[in-house]
Amino acid sequence: MLETLLPILIFTALALAVIGAVRRIRLWRQGRPSRVNLFKGLVALPRRYLVDLHHVVGRDKMISNTHVATAGGFVAAAVLMILVHGLGIANPLLGGLLLLASASMFVGSLFVARRRLNPPARLSKGPWMRLPKSLMAFSISVFLITLPTVGLLPEGLLEGGSSWLLALVLAGVVAWGLGEMFFGMTWGGPMKHAFAGALHLAFHRRAERFSTKKGGAGRSTGLKALNLEDEAAPLGVEKPADFTWNQLLGFDACVQCGRCEAVCPAFAAGQPLNPKKLIQDMVVGMAGGSDAAYAGSPHPSQGLGGKPVGEHAGSPHGPIVALEGKALVDADTLWSCTTCRACVEECPMMIEHVDAIVDMRRYLTLERGKTPNKGAEVLDNLIATDNPGGFDPGSRLNWAADLNLPLMADLKQVDVLLWLGDGAFDMRNQRTLRALVKVLRAAEVDFAVLGTEERDSGDVARRLGDEATFQSLAKRNIATLAQYRFLQIVTCDPHSFHVLGNEYGELGGHYVVRHHSTFIAELYDAGRLTFAPWKGGSVTYHDPCYLGRYNGEYEAPRNVLKALGIEVKEMERSGYRSRCCGGGGGAPITDIPGKQRIPDMRMNDVKESGAELVAVGCPQCTAMLEGVVDASAEVRDIAELVADALVERSADDVTGASRRTTASTTAEEVIV
Amino acid sequence: MQPDLHQKQQQGIDVAVLVSIGRHPTTGRARRAEQDARGLELALAIEAELPGTRISMLHAGSQDDSSEAALRGYLGMGLESMTLLEQPEGSDAILPLVEHLAATSPQLVITGARAERGEGSGLLPYALAEHLGWPLVNSLASVEKVENGVVTLLQALPRGQRRRLKVRLPAIISVDEAAPVARQSAFGPARRATFAITTTTSEADSELAQWHLSPARKRPKRLKIVKAASARDRFKAAASKSEGKGGQVLTDVSPEQGAEAIYKLLKEEDVLR
Repeated sequence: MLETLLPILIFTALALAVIGAVRRIRLWRQGRPSRVNLFKGLVALPRRYLVDLHHVVGRDKMISNTHVATAGGFVAAAVLMILVHGLGIANPLLGGLLLLASASMFVGSLFVARRRLNPPARLSKGPWMRLPKSLMAFSISVFLITLPTVGLLPEGLLEGGSSWLLALVLAGVVAWGLGEMFFGMTWGGPMKHAFAGALHLAFHRRAERFSTKKGGAGRSTGLKALNLEDEAAPLGVEKPADFTWNQLLGFDACVQCGRCEAVCPAFAAGQPLNPKKLIQDMVVGMAGGSDAAYAGSPHPSQGLGGKPVGEHAGSPHGPIVALEGKALVDADTLWSCTTCRACVEECPMMIEHVDAIVDMRRYLTLERGKTPNKGAEVLDNLIATDNPGGFDPGSRLNWAADLNLPLMADLKQVDVLLWLGDGAFDMRNQRTLRALVKVLRAAEVDFAVLGTEERDSGDVARRLGDEATFQSLAKRNIATLAQYRFLQIVTCDPHSFHVLGNEYGELGGHYVVRHHSTFIAELYDAGRLTFAPWKGGSVTYHDPCYLGRYNGEYEAPRNVLKALGIEVKEMERSGYRSRCCGGGGGAPITDIPGKQRIPDMRMNDVKESGAELVAVGCPQCTAMLEGVVDASAEVRDIAELVADALVERSADDVTGASRRTTASTTAEEVIV
Repeated sequence: MQPDLHQKQQQGIDVAVLVSIGRHPTTGRARRAEQDARGLELALAIEAELPGTRISMLHAGSQDDSSEAALRGYLGMGLESMTLLEQPEGSDAILPLVEHLAATSPQLVITGARAERGEGSGLLPYALAEHLGWPLVNSLASVEKVENGVVTLLQALPRGQRRRLKVRLPAIISVDEAAPVARQSAFGPARRATFAITTTTSEADSELAQWHLSPARKRPKRLKIVKAASARDRFKAAASKSEGKGGQVLTDVSPEQGAEAIYKLLKEEDVLR
């Protein structure tokens, strides 16, 4: 009886899965076009899955191994099952492999079940709680129906008159397993993540973020530019269908593991953002309906509770943020993000949360003019004065009035262009800049600054969604830089670093950009700097998001600290898991209330590490962390630590030429 | 604004907003002028409260790239088009504005109190009121109600005081820092909005041509030294208006007597010779 029933069950499930797949694909295709090489993507899929994805999943060894056993077992079992039971190829070798595969899947599903016994808060419940049972149903039933095939059970056992009941029960369990694994995969069950996830990997919008056989870590963090020349092109994302089709596919790939939620600083601070919920909101919008079926932690709100689930709804062609009242997402949710990329770094499905958030912010700013709180003022300042504070652009170099900084306009050609950033207007960052100038002079670096020709890089404008102001600033900066010749740009501002290095390229500006910590590390390695031994207390290092996660620079700052004789006491969240200071993405400007402040949480991390000093490498981080009341640690930029430890090199090292320049500079200073 | 504005039977009114090209105080770049933008904000608020209100925005001046960018700054607040009364640089804006307003006869004209560039004498609203013969209310805080051709206004007086006025339409109102802050200008609507360009009979401002213009100099401010024993005294000193010396308060006098007193004062102060 099973011989006749099984092929029917298998091919019905497969047919339903194909129908579901077509429906799902049509949902994704509501999105805007995006150029992807489909064939190349599919060819690259195995490598992207086995190398890049498992690099992320492998951070949790237990789950990684569980997934290998379960998913590997399932894929093998599914294929073999179609051959053996669907097409009736009762080859004992295939049968044996099928037994092995289903056994492996069963072992994996036991671990899945164990994880679901007392699941952490970040995991979604609801249909996900039945998944281990379904996995077991599939693997056990496949194992049992395969036993007769390999002859481990007498052929007649399931055929006798009394055992029809047993066969029927078995067929029922097979149907349950097939329903979850085949039918549910394309009709929106928990297994959807496998179908959408595989295609998302193949057709990812940032193909360049994956590693290749030739090596290279693969990194793609710059935001994609809007086409402002074409007046018909939409400005950002108003409704779910305004996302590109592969962004929609990416949202659908979400496995609701909540790793993003666990690392999101806004979520931890009680601001109304939960990256996982946001992605699920987008899935709800894409398919149409309300978020009532969502079974994870909600967006937090002011106070301790969460924003209740079930009150928001949307449709593919309806607005995401309502002009009045509620739609799919509240504007506060989008403005809570600090663009720290912790969620993207942690996402095993390679979803690009930050891109989506900035896309939606672009619409709010460019079409609705609804940048909250100080946003509008900052953008107006950027338009009128080229800096967010509204300072006189002519005063950009006032802090260096006594330093006689060489200007690009005079020299035209240098080795290093020192990019000051908007920290030049901030009295705290001016100390860092002065320290950095001292270090560059000590190492006799041939450098110059743009001075008053420099403008804001456009980082804040872009992340507040004002692509027009960003492009205007960027194009003028690129035109200025095109007048001069230099080998590299060095800056102490990771935000400028990121924008100049990763985002100007699309607009025609290609530069070698280095963070000052990288540059100082190189100078030290080249023997151009000598440091006195460290006498201070214990030190920890805070990785700026825009240096670490955005640009992969974790080592250089630590090498500099090591060169200073400092042994870094690492915080629990450091390196690629570093927690944001709360200063990125215009978050201090939009200032969405939460139950605590992000910099307070970060200084608490510092306190827990027991360090008396926290070394930073970013003006934003310095400002945010120094703004913490009653902090247990001092905040110093790496440049300041280096400048304090500088030792004049012995007379043999110092060339006559440099002595002369020092002498002449001093003379000038006296005259001035 | 008050909810009683929300009467459905109320018909909208025609509002004309006059805007100029502003000038940023530190960089001198062209922008939407602060006060004029507040004027447009006021008009948009009237539109939101009084359905059917039509806003027409007017600018008299030359047409070039930087002024267009500044004008689009106003359009980005949510208007689909505006009228540009084109005239050469250095022309007097009053005559074409008067002609246009007389021809289109809006019920309410809103203007900023003072331009950010050019003469910036703040006389334009008064000149318009004189030419058109309409009442003028300056320093407006909000428009409370429009009913049967009468508008109820809240006028701002020094130190936070407010005066409620009822004015028969058509009227001109001028707006300064007391009015609500202008909303953010959005790039998309600003880019899509269109200009209706009208050439006007313009007359060169012969008086302005004779003037000698030079950058303004910041004058030193006399420090107000407050000798106060208690916090209450210090607060009073900071919040109260310094008592003017001399002067007189005239009440219940005829217009002739009032005018005579003003004339006498102007003579004394050497304003009139």
